[in-house]
Amino acid sequence: MEGWDPNTKSTLTQIPLLTTKAGPRDGAAWTQRLKEEYKSLIAYTQMNKSNDNDWFRISASNPEGTRWTGKCWYVHNLLKYEFDLQFDIPVTYPSTAPELELPQLDGKTQKMYRGGKICLTVHFKPLWAKNCPRFGIAHALCLGLAPWLAAEVPILVDSGMIKHKDDATTSTET
Amino acid sequence: MEVELKEMLHDLESLKESLPDPSHRASIDKLRLRVEQLTSLEKSGPARRLKVKDMSAEVVDSNPYSRLMALQRMGIVENYERIREFSVAIVGIGGVGSVAAEMLTRCGIGRLLLYDYDKVELANMNRLFFRPEQVNMTKTDAAVQTLSDINPDVVLESYTMNITTVQGFETFVSSLKNKSFRPNKEGSGVDLVLSCVDNYEARMAVNQACNEMNQTWMESGVSEDAVSGHIQLLIPGETACFACAPPLVVASGIDERTLKREGVCAASLPTTMGYNSLKDYFPTMEMKPNPQCSNVACLERQQEYIVAKPARDAALKAKMEAEVLLVPEFALHADNEWSISVVDDSGLDSMDATSSDTLPEGLVRELPSADKSQELQTSEAPLTSNDDLEDLRRQLEALNS
Repeated sequence: MEGWDPNTKSTLTQIPLLTTKAGPRDGAAWTQRLKEEYKSLIAYTQMNKSNDNDWFRISASNPEGTRWTGKCWYVHNLLKYEFDLQFDIPVTYPSTAPELELPQLDGKTQKMYRGGKICLTVHFKPLWAKNCPRFGIAHALCLGLAPWLAAEVPILVDSGMIKHKDDATTSTET
Repeated sequence: MEVELKEMLHDLESLKESLPDPSHRASIDKLRLRVEQLTSLEKSGPARRLKVKDMSAEVVDSNPYSRLMALQRMGIVENYERIREFSVAIVGIGGVGSVAAEMLTRCGIGRLLLYDYDKVELANMNRLFFRPEQVNMTKTDAAVQTLSDINPDVVLESYTMNITTVQGFETFVSSLKNKSFRPNKEGSGVDLVLSCVDNYEARMAVNQACNEMNQTWMESGVSEDAVSGHIQLLIPGETACFACAPPLVVASGIDERTLKREGVCAASLPTTMGYNSLKDYFPTMEMKPNPQCSNVACLERQQEYIVAKPARDAALKAKMEAEVLLVPEFALHADNEWSISVVDDSGLDSMDATSSDTLPEGLVRELPSADKSQELQTSEAPLTSNDDLEDLRRQLEALNS
């Protein structure tokens, strides 16, 4: 964990850890894991809200809890940039981490795999492997997606790859 | 077109004969040659060859299997035509998978199952196989198009899907189990699975399927900088599975992160164990299964392998005895000045948990193994208060609204 900023570190220690090592094909054990995922996500969301650092919405889009969709956003130069967020829980979960996708950014940055999967290889995958099965979706968002947004959104905005949604109107005014 | 060219040849011939002046004959012969060239070009056009019922060993230019059947005559293979009974599944039709598929097709493999979720892009043209006009086709369909042209005898199945999702994985497993091609085959419906994918998640999914089905498979990979690669044979229960040990990398001597060029994130594993062409370093190693492997199916296969050991030893002994009977026994060396003796190494066959921890020189692990100790155990406060899934879902939705 060396190299991480103290804020992320302290947030991380407050996200409840998970205990059940089970994937979507494991029946009752998966249900148990899913409960732990929810508890951890609820705690993380509450913490973000109380720290005035609310930055995503995510919910299961099927009853099995294997497909998740939502939004995430990042504020850069006082402007909020919002993106669709989606991912599947892989069959080999939690041995392998979920591959977080931002489909709207597909093809706009090199730090991304086909289909808008953000690149987690260097900054997150080793942490996930080391902390299996204690890390869950909330940890993937905190340690995988949040630093990715912080690194990539400013570059995407400054290079003109993405525009703020109000930009079309404001640019004609100025 | 062909008929027209034939008429033209005929006309040229009669023109040549009717000309009294022999000085024009050379130019007429030239014209005739050109027409003949055009005729052969026309013939080699998109016409597809017909299916072949039996592989012939006849050495003629028109026999697609003559060079392969020659292997039989030379004693390299016993019965080449048996290749038509075999099914191979290829997961990932990229740089490695497409070439493997093409070679097996040219060899006349019985059946190929192709899996990929990607489409062909111009960026793929640096590799063999795909052609610019196939851009935007799915890789599996483009592959089937090319492969069936090369060899219509091969049965080709195309599966466009992601095997790491729950649904994709189910289709993957059921397609491997399908035995309609050879109903009396033992085990699964395929003889070999080739993993030619470019990411850890897909490798783990292939590993999961093959462990559950007791299916022998091969894992392969090429690094993003194209100077190293790896290949691994996996026999469930007998050799290490892909989850038995974290993937290995050839140690570069430099921190990997400083090697990574800023802004580049290619979809390949950064060098798994294997060949490094810059150092001309190709370590090989046998990996025993890890008795503490995190994969439950792997542990089941390991147990089966141990249980089957007496039967395996008996079969091996019987085979060796049969061979001994064939060779008349005599002392190879009358004297043994240096007291050299052959020692039975079966004692080394026991499972050794520590042996998988020692790596050959030059290799390091790519991912750490999971800690047993809970170093991040700060919020161990039990979260029991609410244990209803619906309730938890509603709580999260309330926070989301």
